[in-house]
Amino acid sequence: MTNSIPEIENHDVIFVIGSNTTETHPIIGLRMKKAVKRGADLIVADPRRIDLVRSSSLWLQQTPGTDVALLNSIMHVIVKEDFIDKKFIEERTEGFESFKDSLDEFTPEAGERITGVPKEKIVKAAFLYGDAVRPGIYYTMGITQHTHGTENVYAIANLALMTGNLGRESTGVNPLRGQNNVQGATDMGCIPDFYPGYQRVDVPGIKQKFEKAWGVKLSDKPGLKAPEMIRAAIEGKLRALYIMGENPILSDPDVRHTINALKNLDFLVVQDIFLTETAELADVILPSACYAEKNGTFTNTSRTVQRIRKAVEPPGDAKADSYSISELGKRFGYEMNYNLMEDIFQEAKKLWPALVGVTYKRISKAGLQWPCPTLDHPGTPYLFKGGFPRGRATFTSVRYRASEELPDNDYPFLLSTGRQLFQYHTGSMTRRVDAINMVSPGAYIEIHPDDADKLNVRDGDIVKVTSRRGSLDIEVMVSERPLKGLVFIPFHYREAAANLLTNTALDPVAKIPELKVCAVKIEQSNK
Amino acid sequence: MVTLKIDGKKVTVRKLSTVLDAARKLDIPIPTLCHHPELSPFGGCRLCLIEIKGYPKPVASCTTFAKEGMEIITASPSLEKLRRTTLELILSDHPKDCMVCERAGDCKLQELAYFYGIRENRFEGERRIYTKKDNNPFVAREMEKCILCGQCVRICDEIQGVGAIDFAYRGLKTKICPPFEKDLDCEFCGQCVSVCPTGALTGKMWAHKGRQNFKEVETVCPYCGCGCNLTLHVWRNEVIRVSSKEDTINEGWLCAKGRFGYGFIHSPDRLAKPLIRTAPKEGVDLNKPQNSSRFTIHDSQFKEVSWDEALDYIAVKLKETKEKYGSDAVGGLSSARCTNEENYLFQKFIRAVIGTNNVDHCARY
Ligand code: SF4
Ligand code: SF4
Ligand code: FES
Repeated sequence: MTNSIPEIENHDVIFVIGSNTTETHPIIGLRMKKAVKRGADLIVADPRRIDLVRSSSLWLQQTPGTDVALLNSIMHVIVKEDFIDKKFIEERTEGFESFKDSLDEFTPEAGERITGVPKEKIVKAAFLYGDAVRPGIYYTMGITQHTHGTENVYAIANLALMTGNLGRESTGVNPLRGQNNVQGATDMGCIPDFYPGYQRVDVPGIKQKFEKAWGVKLSDKPGLKAPEMIRAAIEGKLRALYIMGENPILSDPDVRHTINALKNLDFLVVQDIFLTETAELADVILPSACYAEKNGTFTNTSRTVQRIRKAVEPPGDAKADSYSISELGKRFGYEMNYNLMEDIFQEAKKLWPALVGVTYKRISKAGLQWPCPTLDHPGTPYLFKGGFPRGRATFTSVRYRASEELPDNDYPFLLSTGRQLFQYHTGSMTRRVDAINMVSPGAYIEIHPDDADKLNVRDGDIVKVTSRRGSLDIEVMVSERPLKGLVFIPFHYREAAANLLTNTALDPVAKIPELKVCAVKIEQSNK
Repeated sequence: MVTLKIDGKKVTVRKLSTVLDAARKLDIPIPTLCHHPELSPFGGCRLCLIEIKGYPKPVASCTTFAKEGMEIITASPSLEKLRRTTLELILSDHPKDCMVCERAGDCKLQELAYFYGIRENRFEGERRIYTKKDNNPFVAREMEKCILCGQCVRICDEIQGVGAIDFAYRGLKTKICPPFEKDLDCEFCGQCVSVCPTGALTGKMWAHKGRQNFKEVETVCPYCGCGCNLTLHVWRNEVIRVSSKEDTINEGWLCAKGRFGYGFIHSPDRLAKPLIRTAPKEGVDLNKPQNSSRFTIHDSQFKEVSWDEALDYIAVKLKETKEKYGSDAVGGLSSARCTNEENYLFQKFIRAVIGTNNVDHCARY
């Protein structure tokens, strides 16, 4: 997020695209509702009638995968109506002119044709956002989990840049990070092309800095991203995998593909708190401590580094993940000994100046938002005040490209997957909470009433859903929520694992799989 | 800004502040039962009565705006008498259940009864009767203990935006309930539970887990990226309740997962010993129920070993792979649910020890 959570309530326009915020980020959802109460206009762009639509003043129900066309046509109107911020464009950006030309073809009429959103609504969205003083854009996986996810993100950035809506309080672009420490895991360098603090592994000088700090020679070849590792395992290029607290079998696209990949490994270590579906294929399983059993820090979606504290002892011989990692290091003759958890944090800080001001003591009561470069720095609630770190921000023209696998005669429905309020991710934690299972006992497929009629199925019927990759039996929930022709399955449930169906096609840059769009057919089940 | 005098002390507050806000600023205690700083004023409990010079009758401080030059008295024999009577009336139809009540010791009503020394009650009388319909697994509702302060109704409507409950009927029959007095069927955020001043609304899973001598540990929610701050209530190595404080980034609000989704910590399924595979890998049968480390494939496919045995074995196998196929044949997937420190160590291990940049986590899913 470029803004912070408390800033949400002071937006005058909130544009939520591809985020079912009240279910996936409930407390951020509350802040949005508070802003609406205080007079903000909420624009929701989502193919499903998500709960936020109730609070919105404008709902754009686009066909999944057409976000670029939607955003470009909104920007077309913004240019035409002269809502652009010329001063901002001149002083802080580059490439506007050629980018502007790329919008020519995206008239509201063209937008309507591609996205299915009536052109009046496209124009209204442009007027609302274009005229706003403190607007915020919010998005999540509905934007990124596409083969053109990178283009979607560029389009959002273009919209904010051309209207100068970045770098001010309660004004910015806010991707919401899904899991509690996605931000932190990325910050800490658990990504194949960056060391901690977004320092590229293949830029000369940086490697040397880390070699010096860690006292070893390092590789300057960017590594494989998670979906590439799975592919490499199938190809036999990746032979051993160490998984700490992840459950790719349920979370990654195409379950069968993932199972084959993991089975094909010579050696798989899984470190977790439960015997997950992924752990079933492990050669060694290490029992971990959960969040309530250890000390450390998490960094939330608004870059706030916060303390977590040990409250109880782990069960049996389970131990904090830091124990297993250091012990393994030792067995390779590499000492990773730290007396205190904070010593590890201190070491990371030495390598990443943005964290220098954060100490356990300073965050003992409330967290601090990075960048926080000095011990008396108050933290940074919103980014890009007065400028961008790399100088000028560049406009990137993006063209609309259809999703990789669209419905056809054989597979006539478009499937999207996602989360729901009560269960979480692959369910390894929430599905072990009895109370939660009582209100969210099992998987279901949301089907529009017209489609249900056509298929001659009713609420509670079991249907067989099939894609080119797999099939599953699942209970029908007839619902006005999805667009006609669109069906939705939450991915939390192993017994109807939505990812049996999904497509492994990746965004070529971010390598994020297209989990929001694939084609399926639906039949009566004989179960 | 307006300046007024409360109990002889001057205070300046912003326009549209209430007299109660002004008194709180001076740290003058005024008892309240229906006031909540984040909610619209209600003026229902009449405990916050004060006297204003020049006004004929006492007024509720929570609904009276501070005005320039006001002179206020917050405590006087007649005010105390009024408050006492009000309390007695509230208590007159309140079950004397404190012995077994979940909220004893943490109940605003009990505390006021204590301060005013109310034991006998002059008004003992008819009670409201509720039929209990409580099959929902989260919120226990003992509505006989409800004092109709309406905070739950307001929070559900104004903050949560759900409106699952409301006042129904009138007069002595007034109740707070879901439509048609049905069971709760809502988002189960528990916001209503967190503001209920009495034992009317409590967490179902709190029952009989202990009310005293628990340790409070401040930490962060293990689920989504909002990063809500949690207070874990711990008794004898068990998390028995989760709450959140008002002065946090989440303002004390939580969702059902954060507030009620803590049972997994003490699940009997938790892995408690390192395991090494003893049988060839089968597939993964997703139609079988979720695995419990104690009851299912655990025994047929794995054996329990010591940490040393497990770690030695891993080290040997990883070294073997590295020597035979090179460092890039090894990869590490880290976790967006582990701490910064663990993630730092993990990538350091993969990079510095294994010698590859094949390290990632599930940001993409
Ligand atoms: S749990 Fe939440 S949604 Fe349900 S009644 Fe209480 S405040 Fe309303
Ligand atoms: S309490 Fe709910 S909204 Fe808050 S961090 Fe946890 S899961 Fe997210
Ligand atoms: S607090 Fe003022 S009337 Fe209840």
